[in-house]
Amino acid sequence: MSHIPANLRYTDSHEWVLDNNDGTVTIGITDHAQESLGDVVFVELPDTGRQLDAGEEFGVIESVKAASDLYLPLSGEVVAVNESLEDSPEAVNDHPYEDGWIIKLKLAEPDALEALLDATAYDALVSAEEG
Amino acid sequence: MSDDLHHTPLHDMHVSHGAKMVPFAGYSMPVQYALGVKKEHEHTRHACGLFDVSHMGQLTVSGPSPARAIETLVPADIVGLPAGMQRYALFTSHEGGLLDDLMIVNRGEDLYVVVNAACKDQDVAHLRTGLDAEHQVEVLDRALLALQGPQAKDVMVRLCPEACDLVFMHHGQFEALGTSLWISRSGYTGEDGFEISVPVDAAERLATWLLEQPEVEPIGLGARDSLRLEAGLCLYGHDLDTQTTPAEASLIWAVGKPRRIGGEREGGFPGADVILPQIETKQITRKRVGLLGEGRAPVREGTSLYDTADRHVGQVTSGSFGPTLGKPVAMAYVDVELAVVDTTLYADVRGKRLPMHVTRMPFVPANYYRG
Repeated sequence: MSHIPANLRYTDSHEWVLDNNDGTVTIGITDHAQESLGDVVFVELPDTGRQLDAGEEFGVIESVKAASDLYLPLSGEVVAVNESLEDSPEAVNDHPYEDGWIIKLKLAEPDALEALLDATAYDALVSAEEG
Repeated sequence: MSDDLHHTPLHDMHVSHGAKMVPFAGYSMPVQYALGVKKEHEHTRHACGLFDVSHMGQLTVSGPSPARAIETLVPADIVGLPAGMQRYALFTSHEGGLLDDLMIVNRGEDLYVVVNAACKDQDVAHLRTGLDAEHQVEVLDRALLALQGPQAKDVMVRLCPEACDLVFMHHGQFEALGTSLWISRSGYTGEDGFEISVPVDAAERLATWLLEQPEVEPIGLGARDSLRLEAGLCLYGHDLDTQTTPAEASLIWAVGKPRRIGGEREGGFPGADVILPQIETKQITRKRVGLLGEGRAPVREGTSLYDTADRHVGQVTSGSFGPTLGKPVAMAYVDVELAVVDTTLYADVRGKRLPMHVTRMPFVPANYYRG
């Protein structure tokens, strides 16, 4: 069973979103996502300062098995990327919710966060997929 | 979950070991176990991995002169293959392309042949049509396990000590665990190891015994692919196909000297009129090469390659991240003038041009036991 922290928001494409309560959010991929990807060997990160729209591809995660696109659940400006993933992409597997974070985004519309799944809804989604 | 996929005799065992099962060549096969592809790869390089390759086709060719008979379909030297030895071979088409790659063992009284799972029905039909009426093809109902890695011999010495006397590409028949085992010192990882053919009813007993050994972990198809890629070994349907000749595939060594122009048994296999002149004249336009990348981004099958002048010069046919090398590793077909070691080419990965260097294969030194 994958780990789904209660304090995060989720997308149906298996990203998690942490509200930093300062108009920014941190985004990564869920435990379920890293498990199905397998060993991550490379994460392609966007440039900081980039303005991205919800639904846009913001990076790629490559595992030994396959490449998987990362989709942005919210619109905003990339204010930080996790550069340590360049040398240690395995952090996405080992600590998907901590060291494995991918980008920090300054939200264009702070309210947009409310439209994302909460932990209960995401748990139901994962259970349905795993079922 | 119901499916139309075939199961190997070890299917339930894979599931009980936490394998993630995927469809492969009409079979439900383990792509990885709990360890994950990367650790399974590393375990095979450092200790010993057990692979279920029972999906592959195992057959015998028998009759008055099976070696001569099969030479009408493959360009390998099989007549000259001593009893108790195994050789790599290719089924060729009349156009000079490749229908499959296979292993042939001379067992003295007959040939034991192992073919790819995805091609086996077609290969059996090809053999039955191509061989004369005096020779028979029998499809064997046996399981096939590969025990691979530097500690494979330490396991084998407890299972069947006589088999440890085999050297690379030698084969023998042995008794162990109350059953008959056909063992070859060979594999698809670049490591020392054994391929063990076992009767279906003893397969689980053998696999259970092997997995109880402290050196052994079960390994899935994911690591099998990254291991063979680092070893520079081709995968049929990816690096080899009907549009590719032995010279283009850098597999001239699979065309036996006696079968070449001027040899004692020159030609006599499908496509010889295309394949043999190419070997003499080297008149080919593209060639299979190994490529090593610089960063970490894997360069996958289908990726286009460019030269420094931005001309399209080739395409990747297998590519992954090589866990042992810690680098992207690939095989590709490139313009023959660029198929030179140390040439730098550029792979188009999501619009970025990543440098890759033409590299001699195997990428990881082979660790075969040659006695």
